[in-house]
Amino acid sequence: MAGTPVQVTGTVLTTRRVDAYHALTVVAPGIADRFRPGHFVTVAVGGPHTSMLTRRAFAVHDVKSDYGGTVEFVFAVRGPGTAWLADRKARDALDMVGPLGRPFPLPRDPATCLLVGGEYGSAPLFALADALHQRNCRVDFVLGAASSDRVFGALRARRMGETTTLTTQDGSLGMRGSVVDVLPEVIADTRADVVYACGPMPMLRGVTAVCVQFDIPVQVSVEEAMACGTGVCMTCVVPVIGDDGATRMVRVCVEGPVFRGERVRFDDVGTIPFDALGAPGGDRGGDRGGDRGR
Amino acid sequence: MRAYLAHVELPNPILAAAGCAGTGRELAPFADVTRLGALTTRSITMAPRAGRPTPRMAETPSGMLNAVGLQGPGVDAFLARELPWLAERGTRTVVSIGGGSVAEYTALARRLADAPGVTAVEINLSCPNVEDRGRVFARDAATAAEVVASVRAAMRYDVPVVAKLAPDVADVVAIARACVDSGADALSMINTPIGMSIDVDSMRPALAAGAGGLSGPAIRPLAVRCVWQVHAALPGVPLIGMGGVTSGRDALELVLAGACAVAVGTTLFHDPYACPRILRELEELLHERGFDRLADAVGLAHRPAHRNDLEESSL
Repeated sequence: MAGTPVQVTGTVLTTRRVDAYHALTVVAPGIADRFRPGHFVTVAVGGPHTSMLTRRAFAVHDVKSDYGGTVEFVFAVRGPGTAWLADRKARDALDMVGPLGRPFPLPRDPATCLLVGGEYGSAPLFALADALHQRNCRVDFVLGAASSDRVFGALRARRMGETTTLTTQDGSLGMRGSVVDVLPEVIADTRADVVYACGPMPMLRGVTAVCVQFDIPVQVSVEEAMACGTGVCMTCVVPVIGDDGATRMVRVCVEGPVFRGERVRFDDVGTIPFDALGAPGGDRGGDRGGDRGR
Repeated sequence: MRAYLAHVELPNPILAAAGCAGTGRELAPFADVTRLGALTTRSITMAPRAGRPTPRMAETPSGMLNAVGLQGPGVDAFLARELPWLAERGTRTVVSIGGGSVAEYTALARRLADAPGVTAVEINLSCPNVEDRGRVFARDAATAAEVVASVRAAMRYDVPVVAKLAPDVADVVAIARACVDSGADALSMINTPIGMSIDVDSMRPALAAGAGGLSGPAIRPLAVRCVWQVHAALPGVPLIGMGGVTSGRDALELVLAGACAVAVGTTLFHDPYACPRILRELEELLHERGFDRLADAVGLAHRPAHRNDLEESSL
């Protein structure tokens, strides 16, 4: 559980372009104080009289103590909401709620940790690397994307990581291919004890499959469309296997976004698995056409 | 500013709408749920329900579509874990119930009848009736009335039964009258009308379920119209107005149309502090207009036009 999330009207401190992405740093003391790596924030877009009702969720990239506490997040322009965010200037007000979600669990004893990021999913991994360093963990990075301008944080990874492996689909940076392709070799070379991954769903699925083969724990941070980020709207659910072995449709925003990879039924994301708790046609269906559309 | 839900007194007229306040725990870090007029739970069903596949949500102009499919743990888990948490804190709780048949609604009402901490029961009539090829109860006056009558008979006499009506029906007044005649103590208006959105990039419906309930400010005029029509036809029936309320002004609009309490829904997704803010704004607006009591403003928009002018001219 996040400490206690707060809603603040933050002030944009700086905006910057990072290759294909945008990064906003916002003065938001209440959120920065409570932050732990893996937390996310939600941002209201479009101004006070907007027709865009749902908040946008972003993983926190970095927090700093300047100006009482700042929060930085990274995003790609995908629609009118993120386009509005990309137009923000320094000193603009921004309505933020955070920190939200369950952060990355950290190993109790020093361990070798492999941090895997796809696209701008690597944004939350650097604060995690800091926290791991403080616990005397070794940190290695694997970052990848479609092309070199979409690999986020390669320089910082090189500075922070014992080793850094970069991949691009078009071969414009590092190895040609995806992070999943190079992962077995990197795990073998670094003798990783644990893997942390953040990025698109297909990548998390691939990373989890490799980690299961190597029999090492993997923590994945899942991205799913959500309207509220606080656990009330029930729209961001994924099928996850619980401690009791039963599959439940759980909310990414409050039960996640960080899950043990092998617990997430990636093959069934976007469906209600027939054996999920309360699935239609189960012990007491009552639901007509619950499997309609997929 | 007190409000009444049938004979039950509430400390204020601002409620959290069904399905928009989670179990209460999710909202608690932001706003004290005990200071709400009442908190309406998501619709409780007999068995656990996994709900619909994702995507379940699509943003639309000034609104959103959702097809969650009443995901929930079922009535047993609700009574074991969720209702006691609310009751311990003294939260006034309106329990929303959803079923696929008259028998399921009745069974739910029986389970709730002895549970402590139920301020009122709200019947979500926008559920598909499995015995009528999935036609929702809210579309048919006879089946809606049957559900209301059986829930009213199963509930304790001092717990009000509220029927929640859908706006996308041929004659909302007829459905409202049928519910009241069969024992509904109050009516909730409006549930989400059904809408649809298609993603032109994937060229598929935006929601996995195809269609979904439309909510948010986009539907406020529908809510005002329904509250207006029903208050005009049944002026003695308490109405809970809801549909796209984002501010005190929006709440006042529904009050003037005839609502004696107002529920806040989708706005809670956007602004978890919305309820106390809307209450404060509503109180200020009423004081500015010289009202000491909410009841004096309820349905005031129905008064004949230019009455004051006529009185002056008759001198």
